[in-house]
Amino acid sequence: MSYYYEDKDLERFQEVGKYRADLFDNFMNYYQGVMGAGGVLTVREKALIALAVAHTVQCPYCIDAYTRVSLENGSNLEEMTEAVHVAAAIRGGAALVHGVQMQNVAAKITM
Amino acid sequence: MVPFARRLENLGYSGLRAVEVNTLQVNLGWRCNQACKHCHLQAGPERPEQMALETIEEVIRVAGRYKIPVADLTGGAPELNPHFEYLVDRLHHLGVHVRCRSNLTVLLEPGMKHLPEFFAARRVELICSLPYYQEEMVDRVRGPGTFRKCLDALTLLNRLGYGLEGSELELHVMYNPGGAFFPPPQGPLEDLFRRELAQRHEIHFHRLFTLLNMPIGRFGEFLRRSSNYESYMGKLMASFNPATVSGLMCRSLISVAWDGRLYDCDFHQALNLPLIPGLPQSIGEFDLATLATRPIRLEEHCYGCTAGSGSSCGGSVVVGEGPGT
Repeated sequence: MSYYYEDKDLERFQEVGKYRADLFDNFMNYYQGVMGAGGVLTVREKALIALAVAHTVQCPYCIDAYTRVSLENGSNLEEMTEAVHVAAAIRGGAALVHGVQMQNVAAKITM
Repeated sequence: MVPFARRLENLGYSGLRAVEVNTLQVNLGWRCNQACKHCHLQAGPERPEQMALETIEEVIRVAGRYKIPVADLTGGAPELNPHFEYLVDRLHHLGVHVRCRSNLTVLLEPGMKHLPEFFAARRVELICSLPYYQEEMVDRVRGPGTFRKCLDALTLLNRLGYGLEGSELELHVMYNPGGAFFPPPQGPLEDLFRRELAQRHEIHFHRLFTLLNMPIGRFGEFLRRSSNYESYMGKLMASFNPATVSGLMCRSLISVAWDGRLYDCDFHQALNLPLIPGLPQSIGEFDLATLATRPIRLEEHCYGCTAGSGSSCGGSVVVGEGPGT
């Protein structure tokens, strides 16, 4: 193992189910239920959400997978980039809104 | 890699055979005004291959004698063959339904501007290449300026009634992915294209077909150059869908090359893989009874027609299924 992340490792995801297969199967059933067709959201919309979340959790496997899935569901780079900006905006906003906490603490301990 | 033939054998399709020949797919030549990055034939302006008049006469003879219902004209740009209009005229008068695979931009070339009216008068069905509804993706695959020309050609065709709701002038668009990924499910993509092309450009069409890029020709070169070949082939194999086998296009179509040689499909033609020895090998030897039940030559790129929803010149083989992801 020369790197922590190898792109071929994504194909080995199933191997995680070697132990406690019951838990892995439960997860996969849930995952398929969430991401599959037949919900209120289209598969294309869900893939764009997944792509944004993948950037938030900064998972290289998820970014690889959901870039492909987004393209394979007809999304374009403009839409995909906008999804990443949504992730960045929420993530940045989450940091910034904690400025209120900072102000609260500062107000409490300063004269 | 599990050989494709063995994969079918495991399904009970030992020796896949044709079930009919309802379509003559005629490749009129590899010359094209475009040189698209995905082209399996590596067609382009410099290609010398063109179907000669004698071969075209043979095609007309076969279509008439055997009452083949559909002639599917392709290339290159089939319109660039100097005998194209003669062939369309003769087939039309024989009562053969003529389908033309057009790259659209050729309709704006000098000497070609009369073609939309020519098509309309003969009820030629048009299947037009349009890899996306946005300029950037189309121009990246098919060359700068292509998208705008496609819009101009589609606008001309719409004005004649092509692609309009209720019109008998059939206009379909053909999507292929702009890279090493699979096509989207056909139905949702058709809805997306219909909405976007209508809202952005007031362009209308009847159906959208998706076509997976075959790992051969220029696209095959791209896969190798970008180190995507192995993973793409792996994905094709992993996405093998048994439900596609009964509807494979090679079971009802035969491909006639520019030089008159016969192939199971245009992809086999690109790789110079003719019909299995012992079968008629050229349009001059055409025999419907033999060819309609012929054993089909199976090669590794055949995985491209059986992946996910399946892929064919008529779009997805199994409608309603998504790509293997």
